[in-house]
Amino acid sequence: MDTFVMQLFNGLSLSSILLLVGLGLSITFGIMGIINFAHGEFMMFGAYSVYLVQNLTYGLWGDFFFIFAIPASFFIAAGLGFLLERSIIRHLYNRPYESILVTWGLSLIFQQASRNIFGASNVDVRSPDWLKGGISISDTIQFPYNRIFIILIAIIAIAVMYFYIYKTTNGLKMRAVMQNRAMGASMGIQTRKVDSLTFAIGCGLAGLAGCVVSLLGSIGPSTGQNYIVDAFMVVVMGGVGSLAGTIAGALMMGIISPLLEFFTTSSMGKVLVFIVVILFLQLKPKGFVTFKSRALD
Amino acid sequence: MKKMLSISFLILLGISLMFISCSEKKNDVIKVGVLHSLSGTMSISEVAVKDATLLAIDEINKTGGLLGKQIVPVVEDGASDWPTFAEKATKMIEVDKVNVVFGCWTSASRKAVKPVFENLDHLLFYPVQYEGVEASKNIVYTGAAPNQQIMPAVSWLLEKGFKKFYLLGSDYVFPRTANKIIKLQLEAEGGEMVAEEYTPLGHTEYTTVISKILAAEPDVIFNTLNGDSNVAFFKQLKAAGIGPDKIPVMSVSIAEEEIKGIGAENIAGHYASWNYFMSMESSENDAFIKAYKTKYGADRVTDDPIEAGYFGVYLWAEAVKKAGSYEVAKVREAVRGVEYMAPEGLVKIEPTNNHTWKIVQIGKVKSDGQFEIVWATDGPVKPDPYPELISPDQKVISPGVMGPR
Repeated sequence: MDTFVMQLFNGLSLSSILLLVGLGLSITFGIMGIINFAHGEFMMFGAYSVYLVQNLTYGLWGDFFFIFAIPASFFIAAGLGFLLERSIIRHLYNRPYESILVTWGLSLIFQQASRNIFGASNVDVRSPDWLKGGISISDTIQFPYNRIFIILIAIIAIAVMYFYIYKTTNGLKMRAVMQNRAMGASMGIQTRKVDSLTFAIGCGLAGLAGCVVSLLGSIGPSTGQNYIVDAFMVVVMGGVGSLAGTIAGALMMGIISPLLEFFTTSSMGKVLVFIVVILFLQLKPKGFVTFKSRALD
Repeated sequence: MKKMLSISFLILLGISLMFISCSEKKNDVIKVGVLHSLSGTMSISEVAVKDATLLAIDEINKTGGLLGKQIVPVVEDGASDWPTFAEKATKMIEVDKVNVVFGCWTSASRKAVKPVFENLDHLLFYPVQYEGVEASKNIVYTGAAPNQQIMPAVSWLLEKGFKKFYLLGSDYVFPRTANKIIKLQLEAEGGEMVAEEYTPLGHTEYTTVISKILAAEPDVIFNTLNGDSNVAFFKQLKAAGIGPDKIPVMSVSIAEEEIKGIGAENIAGHYASWNYFMSMESSENDAFIKAYKTKYGADRVTDDPIEAGYFGVYLWAEAVKKAGSYEVAKVREAVRGVEYMAPEGLVKIEPTNNHTWKIVQIGKVKSDGQFEIVWATDGPVKPDPYPELISPDQKVISPGVMGPR
């Protein structure tokens, strides 16, 4: 029982990270038809932002640098995403095959660039003292504060995204463009602007994921690579371009994979996860939540 | 667009200029190859070893070179991709005509270049501890053989009263072979293995593994994880409330350089087994650290593979001096038995198997990321790439040749 509770909790925290990465991936694919292989690198930018903020402000604010690092990682990643969209990505709309090659190349370039700037070794971010330790439930179970914190961040991010997509004018425009670009454009929506903004937000969310991952894992040039495949699976399972679908996909991936890993081995667990995903896609080829679109495609 | 074109033109120009300047002076220099991953996932570790190799070459050049000639390094990027390693090795030998190659880190990359060096009958200096069970007359191993790192670490733990081992490693050749040896050793020396677990390279979620560890209740975790996974493992182990007081971890792939990325606070109190620690006290080590920091920056640290990459060049230079020639065949003959006073102390190439005599040490991580040396052998230990435990009938009798034990 103890272990089961622990596994469930772990699954939830893994889901939170996958959700943050997957959401950006899902909306950029949904709205622009871009399969962004460089998405993981925005996560890396987010993680390095935390490192930079720590180095610049640790002397000033001590442990509270992390509070400041959260928005910084979002905005740095979003800003870089915006620049990338304006300079390169916008030439690739609705050309999924080219977009795969280009973003793959970009991903390599970004990794090497960070190696040249920050060095090839991983860097270290000090966990703030208020995130150390955890709530002890029993002798063997401890819910670490940093995992609870990650789950909270994900919940807040999702709430904000929900509000943005469903309650604001920009969100309305975004949904309109996603469902039918031509119709949206003829209604006076500046689709280019919507695209840039959406892409930037997607990258910002990945940056946020990088920020929270700095508490759990490595911060180095290959940080993004470690999560990108799982994030893609979340998107495929959840259904492209849908908030609810991505949440469902992330929860499934996050909870299933630690469970499978627990009952077999880590390597075998990975294999089984892929098998589950493949079987699932046989039943629901478009993922959990599918869009009803009137566009002719 | 125009700007892009002119920039790429400039880059091309730069590259071609580099080639021209390389090919100009040819006859009065000794060319050596340096082959490490400068990009991709392994660059985390390998860039520093490349730096150390270049430092040694630099130092030799500054003191007049070798046989009156300057050494010119040809640096190639193996890109963390094993076929690339083989391809670049071939290129360095056949096109650049290097006289020796220093390089590789992972066992997978070494296995990929081994046939190249054997077919072209060339010479590789390999600077990293490895799993053993290999014999080649074309490779000189300056890192530890299993009996110089893994096996003493197991014996030491057993002696300290840690009987129940949990074996955790990345899923590839080194951890699997190392664990095979450890299992046999535990059987022979009265320990017990409670579980064996492998995770894919780059794995980042260790909470499940940690749950399993808690359920198995081991006395100690023997860790052969490699790369980024170590960061995730130690951060999550600490967050789960398991410190070295509850279950200590003995690692064989974590040195000072890796600790920087893990964060000393996350790993303080755990153990590692190596032949060299930056905290060793000797005039050779002080000089080495000073030279390394002066060249590459005060925040850089030295560690075991970095040191092995460094003194490998000097051992090769000793062999060249002994042979009076830098021809591969002559150097390969001369390298058997050469000695050098390295930062870790005296090192010597064992004439029967081309591995290196090295001191063995165990260190405990301090909160500043350095090691407190808690145990060391009296002097250099004779290397044995085929420990009797897994190869009861055969051993290496001369480089690349197996014979009855």
